[in-house]
Amino acid sequence: MSAPERFLERLTLRRTDDPSWVAARRQAGAARFEAMGFPTRRDEAWKYTDVRRIAEGDFALASDADFDAARFEAQRLDIDAYRLVLVDGVFSEALSELEGLPDGVQVEPLSRALSVNHEAVGGALGRLAGVDFSPFTALNTAFADEGVVVRLAPGAVVDKPIYVLLLSRANGQAVMSHPRVLIEAGARSEATVIEHYSGEAEAANFTNVVTELLLDRGAIVDHYKLQEAALTDLHVASIHVDQSRDSRFNSYNLNLGGALVRTDLVTDLNGEGAEAAYNGLFFVQGRQHVDNHTLVNHNSPRTFSNENYKGVLDDRAHGVFNGKVFVKKDAQQIEAYQNNANLLLSDRAEIDTKPELVIYADDVKCSHGATTGQLDEDAVYALRSRGIDEPMARALLTLAFVGEVMDKVRLNVIAERVERAVAGRLPERFNLADLVETAEAIQEA
Amino acid sequence: MLEVKDLHVTVEDKAILNGLNLTINAGEVHAIMGPNGAGKSTLSAVIAGKDGYEVTQGTILFEGQDIFEMEIEERARAGLLLGFQYPIEIPGVKNIYLLKAALNAQRAARGEGEIPAPEFMKLVREKSAEMKMDPSFLQRAVNEGFSGGEKKRNEILQMLVLQPKLAMLDEIDSGLDIDAMKVVASGVNSLRSADRAILLVTHYQRLLNHIEPDRVHVLVDGRIVKSGDKELALELEARGYDWVLEESAA
Repeated sequence: MSAPERFLERLTLRRTDDPSWVAARRQAGAARFEAMGFPTRRDEAWKYTDVRRIAEGDFALASDADFDAARFEAQRLDIDAYRLVLVDGVFSEALSELEGLPDGVQVEPLSRALSVNHEAVGGALGRLAGVDFSPFTALNTAFADEGVVVRLAPGAVVDKPIYVLLLSRANGQAVMSHPRVLIEAGARSEATVIEHYSGEAEAANFTNVVTELLLDRGAIVDHYKLQEAALTDLHVASIHVDQSRDSRFNSYNLNLGGALVRTDLVTDLNGEGAEAAYNGLFFVQGRQHVDNHTLVNHNSPRTFSNENYKGVLDDRAHGVFNGKVFVKKDAQQIEAYQNNANLLLSDRAEIDTKPELVIYADDVKCSHGATTGQLDEDAVYALRSRGIDEPMARALLTLAFVGEVMDKVRLNVIAERVERAVAGRLPERFNLADLVETAEAIQEA
Repeated sequence: MLEVKDLHVTVEDKAILNGLNLTINAGEVHAIMGPNGAGKSTLSAVIAGKDGYEVTQGTILFEGQDIFEMEIEERARAGLLLGFQYPIEIPGVKNIYLLKAALNAQRAARGEGEIPAPEFMKLVREKSAEMKMDPSFLQRAVNEGFSGGEKKRNEILQMLVLQPKLAMLDEIDSGLDIDAMKVVASGVNSLRSADRAILLVTHYQRLLNHIEPDRVHVLVDGRIVKSGDKELALELEARGYDWVLEESAA
């Protein structure tokens, strides 16, 4: 049996009460996935990322959402939010908190949205992430029966973040999940949505998530992806964004965990005045592999994008950044900026970076660049001259490098969590968690 | 406290210091003056362990210890601090991180535990007020976007928090207006005590009106050619360096 057949066999174990259009789409996804198969390194988009660990794995589907309460409390973000929790892809009513949603704001698990009024979801679901995008979106389409639907009526402003927590358990049998996130932001609506991936330390599951965001005129969405999965977890994600006139999309793609992580982020700026900001950070150690593929399509005149991705790589970790900015013919008065900076803490860490601009218009302001390097030795000396030992000096400077992305993060609880995680995971004696706490305490006082 | 004996230093094979001798006792303030290129900054840089200086001969003892046996950070922890002429910017490293890490490193070297957070907060607030620095500076990256005067005040703030036994200040007055100079000088003066010492490296006498030295040395061609009390600085201000050069040549 081929790897795709082996994966698709699990489909037969699913419930079969889908609405007919969902069933048809599943079949299309399955057929496409079977035809394409898993990507190999011969595929240009997967040149640096080997997915054999996924293809050769044996992943069951979880059937319950039980999760240790104490562990849940320790891992969730301490944030006042509307919370929806999936455990290995299964909705947990017990851990979710969705009471008190304002008028015009819908947040519910995909399964419920489909069972209550599947027609309302049908138009949008899958519109951006078609089965042809990649074998993984096809696979997701075949399997996805859970996820999150967020719909904002025109003018709705969500008072608190919408917090989607996706937990991964360490079971005897590894599992796969194919969550589907759909965010429809009506005209002039505003929301902050957090996708937070976390779980038990020894979890070795496969998460394959697809997120679609549709921003109508003037909508503003901050989208956080905080990926803190176990260092043994496998994680593939694609995020697809469609932006109408004057809308604003701010992406924060923060990757700390996972053994093998691939994220595709694609935004189509389809209306004048639309603006996208991509902020990215990855911090990898050991033999972690993180691949970010980003794409901004400037399809309309007077659209703006600004991308800043930073990577810190230690040990034998491997990072990939492939960022493409595409300006369509006659899409004039574009501004597009892109930057990728990487810090290598070890000689054996590796980064493959490829910033790319493809421009078919003449009235554009664009810049792109990539830098990879080590720490500034003058700064190391300046810190040592104050009595700070060398490892600590290097740790402080690493944290500073990360801080330049964190300064853009508007949710303090996330910025602080990432800073602490980085500080706490730096090599021996690099532990700066205490320093970060002091700075926070002084700021609050 | 500090004993420099027959110090010879080269930079890129060029001799900069040629047999320098200097003794500084606890409680004293010394000023090293001299024309440009005499090697003034080299002395303090070598003591602080900066890269790029080759010591070809001589010894430096700090409290009886050979400092060439000590790492840069060990010298700082032992109480040797250099205030830089051109403090560098360290983007992203908050002042507060630097101060706390440095202070705790020094305490650890003395076998003391980490400073409790409330005590630390009180200390840095007091000291920044002394340097007329807004507490918001503590949350800003070290020297990033600071004016010349702010950078110098920040150097002194580090000294006030770390309380070095020997504070070396390299051209701390350069680029300061008179008000900033007074703030810096008052910070430096507050470091004066019977068990500490201060070494000022300066081109101009102006600073010495605000920080009165016990001893003034004239450094020419990598050697101290004349030493005296504060009157010597005034004389240099009035007469320039030429007469010292002639005297030493004679």
